Amino acid sequence: MSLDTATVRRVAALARLRLEEQDVARVQGELNGILGWIEQLQAVNTDGVEPMAGGTPGGVAAMPMRDDVVTDGGKAEAVLANAPDREGEYFGVPKVVE
Amino acid sequence: MHPTDFTLSGALAALNEGAISAEELTRANVAAVEALNPKLNAFITTTSEQALDAARASDARRKRGEAGPLEGIPLAIKDLFCTEGVRTTAASKILGNFIPPYESTVTAQLKRDGAVFLGKANLDEFAMGSSNLTSAYGGVLNPWQRKNDPSARLVPGGSSGGSAAAVAARMALGATGTDTGGSIRQPAAFCGITGIKPTYGRCSRFGIVAFASSLDQAGPFARTVEDCAILLRSMAGHDPKDSTSAAQPVPDFAAACGRSVKGLRIGVPREYRLDGMPAEIEKLWRQGLDWLRDAGAEIVDISLPHTKYALPTYYIVAPAEASSNLARYDGVRFGLRVVEKDSDLRDLYERTRAEGFGAEVRRRIMIGTYVLSAGYYDAYYLKAQKIRALIARDFDEAWQKVDAIVTPATPSAAFAEGENTDDPVKMYLNDVFTVTANLAGLPGLALPTGLDHQGLPLGLQVVGRAFDEETVFAVGAALERAADFKAVPAMRAGA
Repeated sequence: MSLDTATVRRVAALARLRLEEQDVARVQGELNGILGWIEQLQAVNTDGVEPMAGGTPGGVAAMPMRDDVVTDGGKAEAVLANAPDREGEYFGVPKVVE
Repeated sequence: MHPTDFTLSGALAALNEGAISAEELTRANVAAVEALNPKLNAFITTTSEQALDAARASDARRKRGEAGPLEGIPLAIKDLFCTEGVRTTAASKILGNFIPPYESTVTAQLKRDGAVFLGKANLDEFAMGSSNLTSAYGGVLNPWQRKNDPSARLVPGGSSGGSAAAVAARMALGATGTDTGGSIRQPAAFCGITGIKPTYGRCSRFGIVAFASSLDQAGPFARTVEDCAILLRSMAGHDPKDSTSAAQPVPDFAAACGRSVKGLRIGVPREYRLDGMPAEIEKLWRQGLDWLRDAGAEIVDISLPHTKYALPTYYIVAPAEASSNLARYDGVRFGLRVVEKDSDLRDLYERTRAEGFGAEVRRRIMIGTYVLSAGYYDAYYLKAQKIRALIARDFDEAWQKVDAIVTPATPSAAFAEGENTDDPVKMYLNDVFTVTANLAGLPGLALPTGLDHQGLPLGLQVVGRAFDEETVFAVGAALERAADFKAVPAMRAGA
């Protein structure tokens, strides 16, 4: 599968990455190079194979459960300490609703 | 002996005997950092004053009889571990001003055990790379030099290139790293030191800037196998803040370094014998197997049939997880914000992310977004997860026949800046021997066992069963004793 320029623009928009017009062709070439290399996976027979989700040896069943309780909180100042823009106890952003 | 030449276990003994104080040891390492870092760029941030304060506090604890297992040991911390009150950048412009209000679990445990932090080590941006050249804070120079071309600027490997260079150059006695596809083992091999990626779940990922959550695992670097074992014991253990950290007891890894390998079955996977593999790598591998045979191990040929699909599988799974994890960098809650006068919220996101992320990170976010997008999820992501299961199954079958697997760590010695950069896929091939252990969640250790014709270090890798780092350490220590690797890099403290 080879990406056309419209798909490259659509993926950049989905990823919220501004893509300048003059960079589209270069990015398209790089992505198609990688995707072309990945294409070899289609040759592997995976009939009846359960997909491996997560990295835990033994699978998700081997992971511990914890009690469903609040364990943290009440740290508004720490949470806001790195905010690029804040208004009181809120993060500041450009106006969203007119 | 210059204090920076101590092994970690040697320094602990000297501290215990009172032959040296933590302050003296830290002062020597701080001096080494100040002398060498302008050339090597191994640290993004140095914390010399805090290190000396911590060393004095360590001496006071030792005096009170409260010495921890790493009391007074100066370490470098990969700048991917959040450190409370100390800037943590992930080598990205987007986190250039980020000061975490909390400490990662791994670094908290190292501090609990008495370690002293010299600073935050350089890396590839968000740990994405095999050369350290994707760092927004500049590349790291490998302290080793080619015999016939000493002016060539060699890379330390990546992503944990600063950590590996710092330990190799005697700026630190040990360091933390993380390994998603080879990011501890490849730089360890390139810099002639030892590093282990433990079993997935052995160390908590809490407070480590996430790259690919099902593959990321923290581990130590040091100059000996035993020193890695000592560090790993402090770093490991279950953490309620990371549901993927395993509720498994943490054994005395250092004790396992003394175990005999007599009777152990060592697997040699035929698929790792690559076409065009340099003869010196082939020779290094054969030599390692001979040493283990001489020590009483049995060498067994095995097959891991899906090996050749591991790298392309990784380059679906890792970017997919990265594109999700890196969605949080949006210019709103922390990190860089880029806006124009008329920017709306969407424009703020797009400008911030385009300017804040480097080219390789943007490339991987794009790949990840594409393989997860509607219509392509099954063909790419689901397919990759199934092949990942087959790769894990290959290992499960191998463990019926063998107790550990020994392979080369990398397909070559350290390369120079500018090499392997014309094509992203060429750079990705550096991880051909290491990436399978990440996909299967298994422990892998790299250690130096020889030099190439240029006088550069070459390493072997030992892979073991899940949560059997002890066998990995035993085999690694046996190889270390046989190899008796004494070569040192041209650029180092005290040289």
